[in-house]
Amino acid sequence: MRIKLEKRREPSMVMLVATPVASVILTMLIGLVVFDLIGINGFKAVVDIFLSPILVSYKWGDVALKAAPLIIIALGLSVGNRAQVWNIGAEGQYVIGALCAAGVGVAFGATGGFFVVLLMVIAGIIGGGLWGAIPALLRTRFNVNEILSSLMLTYVALQVLSYLVGGPWKDPNGRNFPATAPLAPSQTLPVWPGSTVHLGVLVALILPFVFWVIMSRSEFGYQVRVVGSSPVAARHGGFDAKRTIWASLIISGAMAGLAGTLEFTGVLHKIDLGFPSGYGFTAIIVAFLGRLNPIGCLIAGTVLAVTYVGGQMAQTSVHIPNSTAGIFQAMMLFFILASDILVRYRIRVIPSVKAVAQ
Amino acid sequence: MPAMLNGALMPDPSLPARLELTGITKRFPGVLANDHVGFSVRPGEIHALLGENGAGKSTLVKMIYGIMQPDEGEIRWNGQRITVANPKAARKLGIGMVFQHFSLFEAMTVLENIALGMDANIPARELESRIVAVMGQYGLKLEPHRIVSTLSVGERQRIEIVRALLLNPKLLIMDEPTSVLTPQEVEQLFVVLRKLASEGCSILYISHKLHEIKALCDTATILRGGKLVDTCDPKVETSRSMAEKMIGGSLKDIQRAEGRAFGAEKLRVKNLSLRADGPFGTALKNITFNVRAGEIFGIAGVAGNGQNALLLALSGEEPNIDPAAVTVNAVEVGCMEVRARRQQGFASVPEERNGHAAVPVFSLSDNAILTARDRLGMVRAGLIDARAARTYAGEVIEAFSVKATGPGAMAESLSGGNLQKYIMGREILQKPQVLVVSQPTWGVDAGAAASIHQALVDLAATGSAIVVISQDLDELLSLCDTLAVINGGRLSMPTKVSEAKIDEIGLLMGGIHGETSPSEIEKVAHAH
Repeated sequence: MRIKLEKRREPSMVMLVATPVASVILTMLIGLVVFDLIGINGFKAVVDIFLSPILVSYKWGDVALKAAPLIIIALGLSVGNRAQVWNIGAEGQYVIGALCAAGVGVAFGATGGFFVVLLMVIAGIIGGGLWGAIPALLRTRFNVNEILSSLMLTYVALQVLSYLVGGPWKDPNGRNFPATAPLAPSQTLPVWPGSTVHLGVLVALILPFVFWVIMSRSEFGYQVRVVGSSPVAARHGGFDAKRTIWASLIISGAMAGLAGTLEFTGVLHKIDLGFPSGYGFTAIIVAFLGRLNPIGCLIAGTVLAVTYVGGQMAQTSVHIPNSTAGIFQAMMLFFILASDILVRYRIRVIPSVKAVAQ
Repeated sequence: MPAMLNGALMPDPSLPARLELTGITKRFPGVLANDHVGFSVRPGEIHALLGENGAGKSTLVKMIYGIMQPDEGEIRWNGQRITVANPKAARKLGIGMVFQHFSLFEAMTVLENIALGMDANIPARELESRIVAVMGQYGLKLEPHRIVSTLSVGERQRIEIVRALLLNPKLLIMDEPTSVLTPQEVEQLFVVLRKLASEGCSILYISHKLHEIKALCDTATILRGGKLVDTCDPKVETSRSMAEKMIGGSLKDIQRAEGRAFGAEKLRVKNLSLRADGPFGTALKNITFNVRAGEIFGIAGVAGNGQNALLLALSGEEPNIDPAAVTVNAVEVGCMEVRARRQQGFASVPEERNGHAAVPVFSLSDNAILTARDRLGMVRAGLIDARAARTYAGEVIEAFSVKATGPGAMAESLSGGNLQKYIMGREILQKPQVLVVSQPTWGVDAGAAASIHQALVDLAATGSAIVVISQDLDELLSLCDTLAVINGGRLSMPTKVSEAKIDEIGLLMGGIHGETSPSEIEKVAHAH
């Protein structure tokens, strides 16, 4: 008997949806077993990480706040990934976007009203986009792999951050802590009354539908898909691969910059050394778990946000480190990538053939 | 039982056949590739295996050569029932095979390539003397120390033949050996094969070129849809009767109006040059020709002489720096990119269907958008009109009788011939002013090829200018009004097809890539 992978005539829609769901379930099962083996109540840990944030209503706001940046960044990344452009520097673009917004805030000081928020958002989008354009330039001009350059630029962004918040932009009234001055209340994003949920969450709910229209209905979306699946055919059809690389890196950078700005203006109101939170990296998992589909990103972003919040809850309930959530997230990515092949291939078990009689 | 060899052809009935197949059956998921096929090959016979693409010829010879095992049926070798476990076992029995696609290392010498393919480890010096002996015996000219990348396709094929002959085969299988050769090279090959046969080596010759089979073979076995249709004597049959057995229906001739006159000049190519793409690419050098309305202009040539570069330079995938290099309808399009050229009425079909002319993982409807979106208004305000694309894809499927489940079918799910019909239809129904197609019937069955040829002739009749780039000289001679030959990136002077002489075209195709001159061989020989 042997097991063989056989190409499907067309990609399986069932598997397209089933594999991400199965990946989440498999992650839960393996987590349960492993925790039990090392002497921790695995059932309780898995319930806390994956279910409690959904079951207790007072955690919903936390989930929404964590989901918003993940969804927004993942939307941008999924555009690039469709074109086979691998931006893994969203974390850096997130930071630079927020810093550009902070620069606008610093420039205006406490003066100025809500229009400053708008300016900050625009500055954040442009800043993130420009940071994403650097790997595009390197790739199209010098054929530098964007995976390396975008990742390395993340560390450059972190240095820029620590320089600015520790030096020129340090809050003069901040007892010498490396952080920017807090935004004036008039310059922060509006918040849903009685909660911490800011306007950015609404943006994260609307954007997936905008991206869905762009990717599935527009000529640009078509271009991205053609360049990603068959670059030579794209050239034959008159689509420019270089322009697509530029566009997808700028869009993903701009989205990361927007997410950073929303986090800054909506949640933290100041930037300190703890501002980079890993959203830019986790969003890579969101994009794949969401099958590079904008609506999928909306759902996957929520699932990942649940694990973030659940990880914090499990910290107190079963005394496991907060980084456990990270292990679960990595496991999900592992399973989704491993099961990806089932969309295009089916597994066939072939019974052994008896040797041909002589 | 399928028809066996006509007894009258057997010189000595008591002598067992060299190879005898009975009831060979091979199934693949969803396909019956061979359905109880049986025939036999006598010693010294040149036996043709004839059939369209997908008729099951390749599967059958793969079983004889031990690459696959039959599900049913038996193979007899000199009267003994055998199982060919693998190609090594086949070679041990005395079965040699020359594949259509060569497996040669470009950067190594002829000798090194042959040594790599040998089962036994023979010292280089001894191997070289044996190679020289075999070459002398059959008049195969080849210099053992030349690097393969400097050789022509015909010379490369000779390496494969020498490699097979070194094993003293009793049966030599040749898979579509002439598809890449010039007419002169074909003649030389036939001389070698006839000499081999006269020495008692049987040859199984796979082809779909009927006049070659008539010229060379003693017997022809015709396969269609995995079944044996007939075993006949090609010298008695006509090309037409064999073709009809092969396709299982009557063959349509190209219908064209007599005494057509050409209109105004539609395409002018003037001093078009393009640098080579990579170390093994071919540069284009000062290509110049004109095509008028209603004219079909053929470009013949052996593969790898700049055909791909020419298509890319014409389509705009490789734009030029000289705007006057390409002119469509008196508009200079040399610097324009693909899209702008299409809007000037230019369309093209490249040689490679999957991944160049079409996106394999896209539906036919999405593939319509790829090249038809501007001319047929499938994009409005940046948004794609999916319904228009689907309607157009449906029209193409209907008009060109493409066998597909509908506009939603994935391009990769179509057979080669059907996808080619779809792609040709996608361009032709856009009514281009100028259409350039490369290898329009490559790997396409005779029925589909006939309908593609007819569609090209019909398009020309409406006043479009057409350029056909093909390696199939027969196709060009039957289809085109004017013919030129591309060799080493240069285009010969065009001649009228009605006045063309096959020998001259063949010589042009051979060009500088033809025979190694004797003095050159001597020079190399002295060096060692």
